[in-house]
Amino acid sequence: MSEEVSNEQAPQENKGGFFSRLKQGLTKTRESMAGGIGKLFKGKGEVGPELLDELEESLLLADVGTRATEFILDELKRGVRDAGHRERQDVMAHLKRLMVEILEENQRAIEFPSGMPLVLLVIGVNGSGKTTTIGKLAARWKMDGKKVVLGAGDTFRAAAIEQLQEWARRTDIPCIHQKSGADPSAVAYDTVQAAVNRKLDAAIIDTAGRLQTNVNLMEELKKVKRVIGKVLPSAPHETLLVLDASIGQNSLSQARLFHEALSIDGLVMTKLDGSAKGGVLLNLSRELGIPVRYVGVGEKVEDLQEFNAKAFVEALVGE
Amino acid sequence: MFESLSTRLDAIYKKLRGRGVLKEPDVDEALREIRIALIEADVSLPVVKTFLAAIREKAVGQEVLRSLTPGHQMVKIVSEELTALLGEDFKEIQFAPQPPTIILMAGLQGSGKTTTVGKLARRFKQKGKTCLLVPADVYRPAAIEQLNILGKDLGIDVYQAGEEKDPVVICQKAVQEARRKLCQVVILDTAGRHQIDEALMTELRAIKQTVSPHEILFVADAMMGQQAATIAQAFNEAVGIDGVVLTKLDGDARGGAALSIKSVTGKPIRFIGLGEKLDALEPFHPDRLVSKILGMGDVLTLVEKARQTYELEEQEELEKKIRKNQFTLEDFRDQLKQVQKMGSIQQLMSMIPGMSQVKGLKVDEGAFSRIEAMINSMTREERAKHQIINASRKRRIAEGSGTRVNDINKLLKQFAQMQKMMKKFSSGKMRGLNLGQMFGGRGGGFSPF
Ligand SMILES: Nc1nc2c(ncn2[C@@H]2O[C@H](COP(=O)(O)OP(=O)(O)OP(=O)(O)O)[C@@H](O)[C@H]2O)c(=O)[nH]1
Ligand SMILES: Nc1nc2c(ncn2[C@@H]2O[C@H](COP(=O)(O)OP(=O)(O)OP(=O)(O)O)[C@@H](O)[C@H]2O)c(=O)[nH]1
Ligand SMILES: [Mg+2]
Ligand SMILES: [Mg+2]
Repeated sequence: MSEEVSNEQAPQENKGGFFSRLKQGLTKTRESMAGGIGKLFKGKGEVGPELLDELEESLLLADVGTRATEFILDELKRGVRDAGHRERQDVMAHLKRLMVEILEENQRAIEFPSGMPLVLLVIGVNGSGKTTTIGKLAARWKMDGKKVVLGAGDTFRAAAIEQLQEWARRTDIPCIHQKSGADPSAVAYDTVQAAVNRKLDAAIIDTAGRLQTNVNLMEELKKVKRVIGKVLPSAPHETLLVLDASIGQNSLSQARLFHEALSIDGLVMTKLDGSAKGGVLLNLSRELGIPVRYVGVGEKVEDLQEFNAKAFVEALVGE
Repeated sequence: MFESLSTRLDAIYKKLRGRGVLKEPDVDEALREIRIALIEADVSLPVVKTFLAAIREKAVGQEVLRSLTPGHQMVKIVSEELTALLGEDFKEIQFAPQPPTIILMAGLQGSGKTTTVGKLARRFKQKGKTCLLVPADVYRPAAIEQLNILGKDLGIDVYQAGEEKDPVVICQKAVQEARRKLCQVVILDTAGRHQIDEALMTELRAIKQTVSPHEILFVADAMMGQQAATIAQAFNEAVGIDGVVLTKLDGDARGGAALSIKSVTGKPIRFIGLGEKLDALEPFHPDRLVSKILGMGDVLTLVEKARQTYELEEQEELEKKIRKNQFTLEDFRDQLKQVQKMGSIQQLMSMIPGMSQVKGLKVDEGAFSRIEAMINSMTREERAKHQIINASRKRRIAEGSGTRVNDINKLLKQFAQMQKMMKKFSSGKMRGLNLGQMFGGRGGGFSPF
């Protein structure tokens, strides 16, 4: 390390108060998060205001967001008041039930249409895990005996086509592609056409990552969707938004704006194998009511699981 | 006009108007709002708590400046403190006295490492440095190919690892090659990894020990959530980072993660990523980000500017009208006048969150005097109730202002749209995208008419 670089830490010293206090705070949260929310409610005894404060913090730390957290706490307090849930175990059970209810309300499985291929359009912000999810999902459906074709609709990012082709090669699944820079709707068109002609069960179309506020790129996606509808009027049957669990409250904006522009049918949450809990899903489910289809729990082909609200809540609560 | 922290605080401080110092209970009430704002902006909770305690100390007993409302005073304290925490202005990466300067990229999956390698290389090349890019991500499908393509586009060498599959060996050999070829900068692109993945964190440490990089850059997605503090701390403890690059700030990310990362690591944020293209890298300036975190665009600057031209009362009157949907063409004209006093429209627009995304935004400043002329040619009644402007009135207005009936139609249509948008603003739905739509803008030059 050069002289100049280490000097840069100097200005921090005179803010020692802030940083040492912060350090204490961090250690404390790490400890309380280690056992998860579940640990808070361990043992006997009634639930008092301090415990509720700690619960609030744990929920916020899990990216549940201020509004959903407030909702959950209000419901819990009502439970304490109305149903006399005062014992820790009762409150804990109530909490879990509440969260599972929120998440389960909208759950529906993806339905394969009869007499035609299911067309799945995968969208989301940059780097959320779209291409990887497609690779895993295609492999899974193939294992289930389905015939699948992939469409390399990300013609923008460097080596995006090669990335999807590599997944296709590993799982021995056909992948329709054009040159880098080609019109993504043309690739989508070809892919759906191929699925129809070859009488396949599913076509999964990858798209380039884009931030939800980018008006031009959202228009591009709308066009992809329109063009798919020209081959098969009922398609795409499923427009799947891929969210990254390590992202915080921006996932709300992502879901809102992608939904507004393209009408999403399902969600996937990736990277749940990290330390982030993806609590924003609670907020999202309450507001938009879009079912969560799958979760990603790693980078390997087998690291895709069907969403299970109970398992998700258990992981979030940490018990 | 904006559902911002400052307006929320203003509401709290309405009753406080005119009093001299910030009192404890009032400060605490404000801190509750600030807490929500920071958490919604994804600042990690422990950082929020420590920050609020610091603010409290600063604020209680502080005298309210005469030109400010107590709400603004709080925002001022908060933003000054945030700016101080986020660190000084831009600091360039230091080149090693003995080339090559070795830069190691690290971060979570998909945070933008490989793209940032390309962006940095482009920047160094422009400064006349020779670079070698090194693909040390042997796991992700086509990761190596991705870097090869970026290198080819930039005309910058990419190390060819051949059959070698060990990232540590790749980095080691690449650095040797760079020395041989007298390259000035080597940038090592590594695979994305979770901080809890022991094997991959060990690999990162091994790379560090083997090549002794001069700069380890932590590449973080600006949209990161509560875990940002924990993750950054873990990377810092594992390898000791020297700087941070914050990517994907071109959207509506509030960027609270920046504060978390800076607070726990104390390391400077060097660059921000503002797009996918390789020229979309900019030096970091804390003040801009502070406004984003507080959800106010460059509202602070706007507030400053506005204060010089507006009377406060007048501004409130206008806000009230907007809220009640009583904004008339006359108000519109007055606003335009005020706005023109504040500076160029283009400049003002660039301060509004999200506006920068409306690609190719071009404002025809002359159009505004045309609008003024048209509104001037209307009767008072017409200005107050634009719905009554029928065909014959339109002809008269057009003649009076030296424009065409078509122009009047456009004005009225856009005004109606604007009223609709303003209603949205005031009900708190204000977003960059809407502004884009407001001007029908996507691509190809924007002109109000
Ligand atoms: N640990 C983990 N990593 C994942 C998961 N899903 C995706 N990734 C990784 O995240 C990174 C980005 O994944 P991609 O599939 O390329 O993301 P994308 O949305 O297609 O990205 P763009 O096309 O560039 O917008 C890669 O390194 C993936 O291996 C997951 O569930 N867990
Ligand atoms: N909008 C926007 N997109 C960005 C920015 N930086 C990177 N990206 C995009 O984010 C996605 C992921 O970028 P990569 O450079 O592949 O990320 P990475 O960290 O190398 O990913 P892994 O190697 O899989 O861990 C790509 O789609 C990039 O184009 C940015 O500043 N703004
Ligand atoms: Mg992709
Ligand atoms: Mg990479």
